[in-house]
Amino acid sequence: MKDHLFAAGHTACSGCGQVMAARLVIDASGKNTVVVNNTGCLEVLSTKYPESAWEIPWLHSLFENAAAVASGVESGLKYLGKKEGTNIIAQGGDGSTADIGLQALSGMLERGHDILYVCYDNEAYMNTGVQRSGLTPFDTNTTTSPTGALAVGNLRPKKPMPEIAAAHGIPYVATASVGFPQDIQKKVKKAFSVKGPKYIQIHVPCPLGWRYEPQLSINIGKLAVECGLYPLIEYENGKLSGVKQIQPKPVEEYLKAQGRFKHLLSKPEEIKKIQEIADSNIQKYGLKLPAATG
Amino acid sequence: MYGPLIIKPGTSRNNKTGSWRVELKPKFLQKDCIGCKMCAVICPEGCIQGEAKNTYICDYEFCKGCGACALICPKKDILMIKEE
Repeated sequence: MKDHLFAAGHTACSGCGQVMAARLVIDASGKNTVVVNNTGCLEVLSTKYPESAWEIPWLHSLFENAAAVASGVESGLKYLGKKEGTNIIAQGGDGSTADIGLQALSGMLERGHDILYVCYDNEAYMNTGVQRSGLTPFDTNTTTSPTGALAVGNLRPKKPMPEIAAAHGIPYVATASVGFPQDIQKKVKKAFSVKGPKYIQIHVPCPLGWRYEPQLSINIGKLAVECGLYPLIEYENGKLSGVKQIQPKPVEEYLKAQGRFKHLLSKPEEIKKIQEIADSNIQKYGLKLPAATG
Repeated sequence: MYGPLIIKPGTSRNNKTGSWRVELKPKFLQKDCIGCKMCAVICPEGCIQGEAKNTYICDYEFCKGCGACALICPKKDILMIKEE
């Protein structure tokens, strides 16, 4: 197992989607990489003191700081004349990216540091026990957005993080999914081929928080993309430059596979609302494959 | 340098997470394998290795038995069997 830059023996749950993605990202990036990590599952599971799963220099400083600390690492390496040939990754979960660390991330994008920011989007604060975050989708049942008499689930739609990052006019923004592993590596390599700040958001299913059997991570990631709820898109210099086209499946297939949406199956009107979100994504990004080629 | 410092890389290998398996473990039949590498690419533990077709095998010291490899194998060449 010496060939992976993220070693075995970490303490992730069985079937963790985030670890699949993290290993793909670091292997695609190569050994001349410095990783700065936000607080979250990935930080906790990979560095159980005094052990570390990383084969490369790795730093952690507080919850929201990865983007800011990575900016310092980049500037420091530049000053020492060692920046050429070194990749820098700042990474964190959806909570530390879209909620707690958003201003540090925005600062990094605005200052134009040559850093790839990777957001592992498992759609809630999984490390502390499934609390809702800004990237939790509409109607999801989490511990802080429970289903009951007054609410169906999470009241608010998902925050459009890729658009927020792209609005900074940075060279490269992409979304990826663990359901398409080769696509993740392709996008990471493409990101490192351009200079400047880059943002990649990877959809990483979580068996514990989403409540499904651990072997299904890849299939559920794929379903989210194929029903239009997680469009795989690329922005270059603020403009939409690529989408993965699909033959849209009904969102019900994705919802019924997970315990966090179980309460919706008896509420067709709520499923209709989620289908509308998927349909608007499909229309907005032009996700639908032309009928002739399908 | 302040704060906890871990000097040696990859030391998590001291954790033999194979003991986490509860019921099932993968069996690599090495019969119909076409060497597509998908099992090795997606294994969350990164503990599957192989060079060519019919050589892929996982390290049971680390395998947590999630079963993702068995599900993704296009040739059904990996089975989940009961732990002895």
